[in-house]
Amino acid sequence: MKCLVTGSNVKVLGKAVHSLSRIGDELYLEPLEDGLSLRTVNSSRSAYACFLFAPLFFQQYQATTPGQDLLRCKILMKSFLSVFRSLVMLEKTVEKCCISLNGQSSRLVVQLHCKFGVRKTHNLSFQDCESLQAVFDPALCPHVLRAPARVLGEAVLPFPPALAEVTLGIGRGCRVILRSYHEEDADSTVRAMVTEVCLGEEDFQQLQAQEGAAITFCLKEFRGLLSFAESANLNLCIHFDAPGRPAIFTVKDSLLDGHFVLATLSETDSYSQDLGSLERHRPVPQLQAHSTPHPDDFANDDIDSYMIAMETTIGNEGSRALPSISLSPGPQPPQSPGSPSEEEDEAEPSTVPGTPPPKKFRSLFFGSILAPVGSPQGPSPVLAEDSEGEG
Amino acid sequence: MKFRGKIVDGACLNHFTRISNMIAKLAKTCTLRISPDKLNFILCDKLANGGVSMWCELEQENFFSEFQMEGFSAENNEIYLELTSENLSRALKTAQNARALKIKLTNKHFPCLTVSVELFSMSSSTRIATHDIPIKVIPRKLWKDLQEPMVPDPDVSIYLPVLKTMKSVVEKMKNISSHLVVEANRDGELNLKIETELVCVTTHFKDLGNPPLASESTSQDRNPEHMAEVHIDIRKLLQFLAGQQVNPTKALCMHRICHSGKKTLLLRVETNETYKRL
Repeated sequence: MKCLVTGSNVKVLGKAVHSLSRIGDELYLEPLEDGLSLRTVNSSRSAYACFLFAPLFFQQYQATTPGQDLLRCKILMKSFLSVFRSLVMLEKTVEKCCISLNGQSSRLVVQLHCKFGVRKTHNLSFQDCESLQAVFDPALCPHVLRAPARVLGEAVLPFPPALAEVTLGIGRGCRVILRSYHEEDADSTVRAMVTEVCLGEEDFQQLQAQEGAAITFCLKEFRGLLSFAESANLNLCIHFDAPGRPAIFTVKDSLLDGHFVLATLSETDSYSQDLGSLERHRPVPQLQAHSTPHPDDFANDDIDSYMIAMETTIGNEGSRALPSISLSPGPQPPQSPGSPSEEEDEAEPSTVPGTPPPKKFRSLFFGSILAPVGSPQGPSPVLAEDSEGEG
Repeated sequence: MKFRGKIVDGACLNHFTRISNMIAKLAKTCTLRISPDKLNFILCDKLANGGVSMWCELEQENFFSEFQMEGFSAENNEIYLELTSENLSRALKTAQNARALKIKLTNKHFPCLTVSVELFSMSSSTRIATHDIPIKVIPRKLWKDLQEPMVPDPDVSIYLPVLKTMKSVVEKMKNISSHLVVEANRDGELNLKIETELVCVTTHFKDLGNPPLASESTSQDRNPEHMAEVHIDIRKLLQFLAGQQVNPTKALCMHRICHSGKKTLLLRVETNETYKRL
């Protein structure tokens, strides 16, 4: 494999790597006919990210040398990121970036051609791996939101940088509400501040969602894609379904495609504390009758309607009895090229090996493209993973 | 108990935000006292030695375009709330370029101070960010501990030099020692001194000016050049100096040595609208 990136695209590539580094510790690099794909997954399997750079993104793109199989490799994210660490430097001094993967040598070579004849060569060791595939299909999600990344970027500004999770929901009058989510700890005496941002329908280019639909996902991971989309001035699309089903965040332009798939908190996982599911199903007036000296007699602000809006009335999603991989329909994952037949049926159990996912996100949606007999399988709960069997 | 206020002026909002930032730098939790014409931020650090207490007063009409409150009762028309100061400053941070800010006492699952910020947005719809800051209502019986501290007549009272300069001096001194001696006299001289086994560093400020004495009774026979000194914890002083984001019209420092030998240092910063005492 050999590809050459020039000009401002070097920075775009760098930014994409930065985004991916927010998710996982290992980067799966795979040159495909459609373009170069960079993928990663987090350790608890609750987040998956993928960038696909079309051949036109590159000045030169050669997926395979003739006579060679398509190579796939897995590199330490830290190593790859170190090449692109300083975006400022990339923008100012790097003229060309050449990435080549040679089957014989066990090194991924990234060469930066900089100004003044300086050439920086990085030889990164890699491991062979299976293709990292996630089974998901945005087209099957009933709810879609699309807005310029800038709008969403401004919307998340009020949230503290350390905030882990956020709830996105549709309120009355088609308003989109983002609300900070905190797991309520029964014994913690210090409550966290709750922040909520409300966006109007006009801010969105596409808003196709039912009132009351809401999902809770990891904000930190989302910020990774958001910052990329903002810098590239792209529109960000959010496809989501019921709580518990993964939410798909996409950016797209003529030269690249980015997908971030994040697990969402399922209804049964939320604590049934005062903020939890109990409250959710009650009709509005209950909120006000909640405690006696209710000081909110003053002018009607829409504060209360935001509270209403956050009531989700999605019917019971799963129970804990379900296997932890949600079976997403759609036999073909969007990025699957010719390699499926080379996949091995991993005997990996469908649960995450080792530690359970933190924060009760479901470990999700990874399907393996099963080897046998050519015909693409239906949904399968088996993880697709490299033969090393790492978690 | 009810409270509702609205700030629409950008400069007022800015000022209020800076005050809240200053409070956040000084203490993790603070008490907010709401009365019909004032807002006070109170901090009472009852440590055995070197505790810091702070009292900050704002005239509500200098900030709020709308202000309504109903206190605990008709005779005690005040509200005392305890909150995490960082929450307030973070909430106000989002209001940097806001159209309006509303703040009110609400009870959404738990008592909170709801700060609602109306932001400018490109599209026609308004974008609103709401922060619910959890609060604790302070019971009436504890109010007496939170009253305005009596400022006893000081032995020496002196205007401080430019706080920025003072801050940079004290910051450097912090690396050498943890205690600082502040000396001042009625001749407009102020010294900041640190002493360790190896080294002794003093920074002298001259011609600072002394405010007129409050009462004639304070020892007239005191030699104007005689220095009054107090030992204080450098970090506390630095906290105060670091928090000063509002340019004061005057800053004062008062030494007080009372009969029991206990010394206090009172730093008072006044701006056009507010005054703070530490």
